[in-house]
Amino acid sequence: MSEVLDLPREPLAGVPGAPARPADGAPRALPAVLGTALRRAAPRVLSLLLVVLGIAVLNFFILQLAPGDVVDVLAGEAGGASPEYMALLRERFGLDAPWHVQLLNYLGQLLTLDLGFSFRHNMPVVDLVAARLPATLLLMLSALGLALVLGVLLGVSAARKPGGAWDATLSVVGLVSYALPTFWLGLMAIVLFAGHLGWLPSSGMVDLSADHSGWDHVRDVAAHTVLPASVLATFYIAVYARLVRAAMVELQGADFVRTARAKGASDARARWRHAFRNALLPLVTMVGFQTASLLSGAVLVESVFDWPGLGRLTFESIQARDFNLLLSILFLSSLLVVAVNLVVDLLYGWLDPRVRVEGDA
Amino acid sequence: MLFTRRHLLAALSSTSALGLSIAPLATAAAATPASAASPHFGGVLNVAVSPEPTLLTSAFITTMNIGQVSSKVLEGLVAYDLDLKPVPALATSWATAPDGKTITFNLRKGVKWHDGKDFTAADVAFTLKEVWQKLHPFGRAAFANVQEVLTPDAHTVVLKLSAPAPYLLNYANTYGAQILPKHLYEGKDVLTHPANNAPIGTGPFVFKEWVKGSHVRLERNPQYWGKDAQGKQLPYLDGIVFRFLPDPAARAVALQAGELDVALGSSIPVTSLANFKDPKRYTINLDDGRYLSTIFLTQFNVRRPQLQDKRVRQAFAHAIDRNALLKVVYLGYGKAATGPIPSSVVQYYTPNTPQYAFDLKKAGELLDAAGLKKDAKGVRLKVNLDYDTGSNRAAEFIKQSLARVGVQVNLRTGDTATFLRRIFTEQDYDLMVSSLHRLPDPTLGVQRLFWTKNIVKAPWTNGSGYSNPKLDQIMEAAAVEADAAKRTQLIHEWQRIAQEDLPLIDLIEPTWVTVSTARFHTTMRQGDGLFASYADAWLQPKTP
Repeated sequence: MSEVLDLPREPLAGVPGAPARPADGAPRALPAVLGTALRRAAPRVLSLLLVVLGIAVLNFFILQLAPGDVVDVLAGEAGGASPEYMALLRERFGLDAPWHVQLLNYLGQLLTLDLGFSFRHNMPVVDLVAARLPATLLLMLSALGLALVLGVLLGVSAARKPGGAWDATLSVVGLVSYALPTFWLGLMAIVLFAGHLGWLPSSGMVDLSADHSGWDHVRDVAAHTVLPASVLATFYIAVYARLVRAAMVELQGADFVRTARAKGASDARARWRHAFRNALLPLVTMVGFQTASLLSGAVLVESVFDWPGLGRLTFESIQARDFNLLLSILFLSSLLVVAVNLVVDLLYGWLDPRVRVEGDA
Repeated sequence: MLFTRRHLLAALSSTSALGLSIAPLATAAAATPASAASPHFGGVLNVAVSPEPTLLTSAFITTMNIGQVSSKVLEGLVAYDLDLKPVPALATSWATAPDGKTITFNLRKGVKWHDGKDFTAADVAFTLKEVWQKLHPFGRAAFANVQEVLTPDAHTVVLKLSAPAPYLLNYANTYGAQILPKHLYEGKDVLTHPANNAPIGTGPFVFKEWVKGSHVRLERNPQYWGKDAQGKQLPYLDGIVFRFLPDPAARAVALQAGELDVALGSSIPVTSLANFKDPKRYTINLDDGRYLSTIFLTQFNVRRPQLQDKRVRQAFAHAIDRNALLKVVYLGYGKAATGPIPSSVVQYYTPNTPQYAFDLKKAGELLDAAGLKKDAKGVRLKVNLDYDTGSNRAAEFIKQSLARVGVQVNLRTGDTATFLRRIFTEQDYDLMVSSLHRLPDPTLGVQRLFWTKNIVKAPWTNGSGYSNPKLDQIMEAAAVEADAAKRTQLIHEWQRIAQEDLPLIDLIEPTWVTVSTARFHTTMRQGDGLFASYADAWLQPKTP
């Protein structure tokens, strides 16, 4: 994975005489790209599986270090329990077995794609996760989409006149939104838009008193998504805008952009077709990195907005020492991160043909 | 017959005897417009409970939030009035034999489970023997003396006891002893039964759906047994939606925006209560949690050599200004505690115990006498103080208080699991602060903190490691004393010994606060209102 992550600086520096692609080179047709992608991916999948397995084992050991277990929490919340009863529960939950037996059980479960049972929720883990996953994906994808669109627009527009008034304003706004704690921003958004103005619902994902269906339901969910997605996106808008601005400023002076202009390319074409295409590389890297952090950022946003997502479930399962559930969520998150990294690697090859993935001829 | 005005009046007048609680009640009553007297039918109530429960039955697990939700679906034999005296629920009457060894419950007739089956004495007998006695954290103590459960007919339950258990009637409500349907649970694994997540009960509301991470939805039970004073079918509400907003500030905003009607169990922090003072818009109820009789305490690990000397513990008590703590941290919502039994447990409470007035000089003298002299830097002793979630401000207050007498406190924190493991299993701590429900009967709620036989490795036991054979004897005698006057005397003596030896310092009796919109009304006030069925709850329609 690492080889591609080191590369993006190169085209940014505007390597003389090495245009990223034929100046007007249209991207290759998508089916062909997919075919190449699969061929490229195959040898890596095995190594990635090993990585995921390593992560699973590591997760298991890290969680072993946490003081207390699910039985402590259950007994504590219940207001008490006898040591005999607690021993009985530990036996039922398989917590009295030595660690190597527990590890083997866990890995055996994973190999049979069984995510186990949550003793705290009295439900199979797979049902719990499946119920929460769509909400989190909706939140993450809308936040990511919003952050990308706004980040790119702001970044590109700021780069038009570096040091100008607009650039300076964006720079300050970006710095502030980068620095604001997400939960505070969320609360302020609730107070303003839900409390004072009454424009948007303050919490939840649907209006529970109205039983909407069809388009009404979609509109209802969309209205509930606006605040949490915008709040979650703020931080990333700032990051992406800075990133795109820096890249664009550098690329505007690059030889191949000047060449394009000299050959009569319009201002917009030179900006978007030539410069921006190359500015995308660091952006893609960053988005890949941040998929995981979006999930952790979602913990706070989901808590503030009562969003029924995976982030909160993760946080609650840590507090409750519900390790069957937690291990599964961590495992699935590591799959997600690995998959996104793989996609980023492949995207690189598509955006910049000079980038070669290991094993590629 | 449960929800008559007579009950309401009786409840109101009995509180006036308590003196202290009359002020909020009187204002609430005065602020209620005359039109509010006639309940309105219909409407869906939005209730905030936090955190989300893990199950929807408190028959074998007594987490507060589980009880708050499940008490609308499942029921117990009795409920409690504001004096914590039992009033009818599924039992219409009860009697204890003079020797205290037989208790007879007469059950309500014509009650049906939500799946249409009849509720009978067999359900009570089954739940008592298979659930409360075997799986319930308090139930096993509360019902330990029950040797035999007889069901002479479908509506009578007779408990035969090995020894008197005067506390039993203090623990027969929905929170303490929720009744499960025998026909669903018999022969199955109770702990993992699917009905635990989708309960079938006898209560005024029927379970509809539970979307994990979001809400629980309940609907009106048209076959409910309850009738109001006019003979109309209860409940008044069409349904209840419980929402689990995890963030306290977000809950407060949702209540102000009208998206919530009720925030139960102090889920609005006292620091936000100033926003809800307007009685035209909001009602603040301070009686709902009386049953829990919670006390905030600081506990010593008396296994530590320097904390073994009771003069040191007494010095700590003199160094902490409880009234300032109440004012600064609890913003006055509560009262200073005087001993291990809270003043709300009217029958057994006594203020005539050794007291430790705020007196830094006295504290210094006691520490000197115990041989803990100040060193060159003015420090006599260094201790760690562990605190439970939510007690951070109180912990900081205590740290500053003790610093003034030369005790240097190092605050330690962790989440609940870490805290419980450290205090009760590893017993590796010096000082801890936490809150603990004492419940209406000292044998159940308080004995566990002082009893030598309860020095075990499990949460909320005698974690200080304190042992006093004389106190053990008194507590064990009080547990089986059928004569009420003698029992009260024993429990008074017990409070005196506990206050003298001071293995823990009882600091504050915090008040549980329920904040609701002023549109929300109930016709009966309960001491266990956090676990009320809400059959008598109604919502005044929004005025356009």
